[in-house]
Amino acid sequence: MIKQIYAVTAMNLRSLPSRLGTSAVIVIGIAGVVGVMTALLAMAAGFQATLASTGEQDRAIIMRSGSLDELSSVVMREHASIVAEAPGVARNMSGEPMAIGELFMLTNIAKHQSAEPNNVVVRGTTPDVLDLRHEARIVAGRMFQPGLREVVVGLGAQRQFSGLNIGDLVEVREGKWPIVGVFDSGGDVHESEIWVDREALVTASRRSAWNSVTVQLEDAASFAPFKDAITTDPRLKLQVQREPDYYASRSKALGQMITGLGYTVAVIMGIGALFGALNTMYAAVATRTVEIATLRALGFGSVPVVISVLLEALLLAVVGALLGGALAYLFFNGYSVSTLNFQTFSQVAFAFRVSLDLLIQGIIFACVIGLVGGLFPAVRAARMPVADALRAA
Amino acid sequence: MKYLPLVWAALWRRKPRTILTMLSVVVAFLLYALLTAVNAAFNTGVELSGADRLVTTGKYSITQVLPYGYWQQIKNMDGVEDVTFASWFGGYYQEEFNFFPQFPVDPQSYFDVYSELTIAQDQLQAFVTTRTGAVVSKTLAERYGWSLGERIPITAGIWPLADGSNSWEFDLVGIFDTADPAARSQHEYMLMQHEYFDEARQFGQGTVGWFISQIGDPQQAPQLARAIDEQFANSPNETRSDTEKAFNQSFLKQMGDIGLIIQSILGAVFFTLLFLTGNTMMQSVRERIGELAVLKTIGFSGGSLLMIVLAEALMLTLLAALAGLGLAAVLLPGLAENMPGFSGLALDLEAWVTALLLALLLALVVGLPPALRAQRLSIVDALSEHA
Repeated sequence: MIKQIYAVTAMNLRSLPSRLGTSAVIVIGIAGVVGVMTALLAMAAGFQATLASTGEQDRAIIMRSGSLDELSSVVMREHASIVAEAPGVARNMSGEPMAIGELFMLTNIAKHQSAEPNNVVVRGTTPDVLDLRHEARIVAGRMFQPGLREVVVGLGAQRQFSGLNIGDLVEVREGKWPIVGVFDSGGDVHESEIWVDREALVTASRRSAWNSVTVQLEDAASFAPFKDAITTDPRLKLQVQREPDYYASRSKALGQMITGLGYTVAVIMGIGALFGALNTMYAAVATRTVEIATLRALGFGSVPVVISVLLEALLLAVVGALLGGALAYLFFNGYSVSTLNFQTFSQVAFAFRVSLDLLIQGIIFACVIGLVGGLFPAVRAARMPVADALRAA
Repeated sequence: MKYLPLVWAALWRRKPRTILTMLSVVVAFLLYALLTAVNAAFNTGVELSGADRLVTTGKYSITQVLPYGYWQQIKNMDGVEDVTFASWFGGYYQEEFNFFPQFPVDPQSYFDVYSELTIAQDQLQAFVTTRTGAVVSKTLAERYGWSLGERIPITAGIWPLADGSNSWEFDLVGIFDTADPAARSQHEYMLMQHEYFDEARQFGQGTVGWFISQIGDPQQAPQLARAIDEQFANSPNETRSDTEKAFNQSFLKQMGDIGLIIQSILGAVFFTLLFLTGNTMMQSVRERIGELAVLKTIGFSGGSLLMIVLAEALMLTLLAALAGLGLAAVLLPGLAENMPGFSGLALDLEAWVTALLLALLLALVVGLPPALRAQRLSIVDALSEHA
């Protein structure tokens, strides 16, 4: 049996070069489907990864209870002090709690080669933020000085928006502030932000309360007691979330939207490619009617014939998937863009991620198309009455 | 035209192949229609917004609040006919993913400025006089099954009530629609009374989100926008004014180039389609070389054969394109109902024309090589090969 399958399949495959045109229909059709699907899913994956990689399990973000994001949250200064003294908050060398109340505002900055304003996050924080968010470090220039109207910009923001180089002036509040440094925070969402001193921003924006408080916990396990202390304190109406949970939740809507678009387009295109595959395989079977009938007359079973046709379709599908995946990888992997995350109403810079998972998914999808596209022609080939088929020649 | 039966017969010479090829083309045009409709829905906001309306926001961001007192000041400016304002409530109904905007507004002036909105006069009156009143777009009322008199709970995301609670409740007193159905996705929101909102909220009293001014002469828009901004320059609350069109355009641009993404997808779709139909046409002509040679022998000119093959390709793509577009036209209304923010999802005339031109182009590209082959056919060679 195996021998027969091998013999028939090898015969089919050897005749492939003479059917290059029709076979290319499967390969190119599936390459198109897989390429588009992989590119769209890589976009969703890159976006979600950027948000999900933000923050640490042993850090917590505190916002007004009921607020969905930092922009819409308000935390009074006196409440921020209560949070800082809560159990479970880590302390630095000098014994102070590692907690920073931050301002979260937006400012209009244009993208490169464009004049339209974009909502870029201005985070009012303190120079201690580099201890709290230890993944962040200054990679060029220096940190802003407390009390001064100075700006450090994230690498992602610098790449996507114009006029964010050291020495440039950027509109923050009450006019333009000079940029004195650039920070890198490992490709997370903060890299799309610009950071300034919070007291300077308080004066310039005439705001008195913070938007959120971020704290370093003693360890990840301190989260529960810390959260209990905050949520049971009658003076506070605040909610506590682990940083990664909060940021991941902010990528849901857009992430799902792009993923949904990716699968919808892939399924519709896939149906189109399926018809193409059926066409090709019917043609492939039709041109070999005599050969197949001859084999059957010689005593080959119908199962090897079916399997050989299926294998041929599968092989072409996999070649198509590899081609499509490779094209998506070549053109899109690492391609960085910035979009408005409507869950935070602010710009997030991220890069497409063509992961191994996505490539494998593409191959599986292609195999399904190949199998279905090969099955009906294969069955027809096997069912053909030998005598008729031979006479047809 | 007299060759139509001949072309028709040739098209269906191998039924399964023609049907399968057609189905691929149908799918491609279905996808084209759906994506074009989505892209158009994004752009209707820009196309339908008036050049005779100015939007005034905080200078640095639309999220900055502005003093309520600016309302009167802008109203008093020369060239401004009417002014209204709105704020971003940022709440949600039942759960976060039931998203639709809610704006606290001044009821009368809002409906005056947005004259494209239609609402029964008594409902508007009820909105003006009911403190906790709210009106919603017809699309939202249908999606959530709301009827007049219903209490709608909205959880605040930004503005708690004075006691710190997030649970607001509004009485539905009116349902509005747009005169032009295509504008529905632009006006899919809930409106409530600013006066009630301002009194009941915990903080932020005396501020609003942005102003919308109706101006007399659209030609004056740039000057007026500058005049408004100059009036508030060097104040604690500086402004940035622009036409509503420019405002919507720049908001759309924030999302990135949606048009480019959609065109890239469609580019990939049609590129693959080219191979598919091209291959079918080639095969079909190759198989018929003998028949074509016979036609030539009995007096058909090369030109007629060229036209016959081209007509076959054209019939294949046009029939399938029409089927795909028709299918999309049937599917779109259902999709529009289930996609928040896309109530205006529809195919416009431009989309139909572009699609049919695409089908024509596709037919030419895939039909021309085999058609030329048919035209140049040498009878003797063809007949001796295929006898």
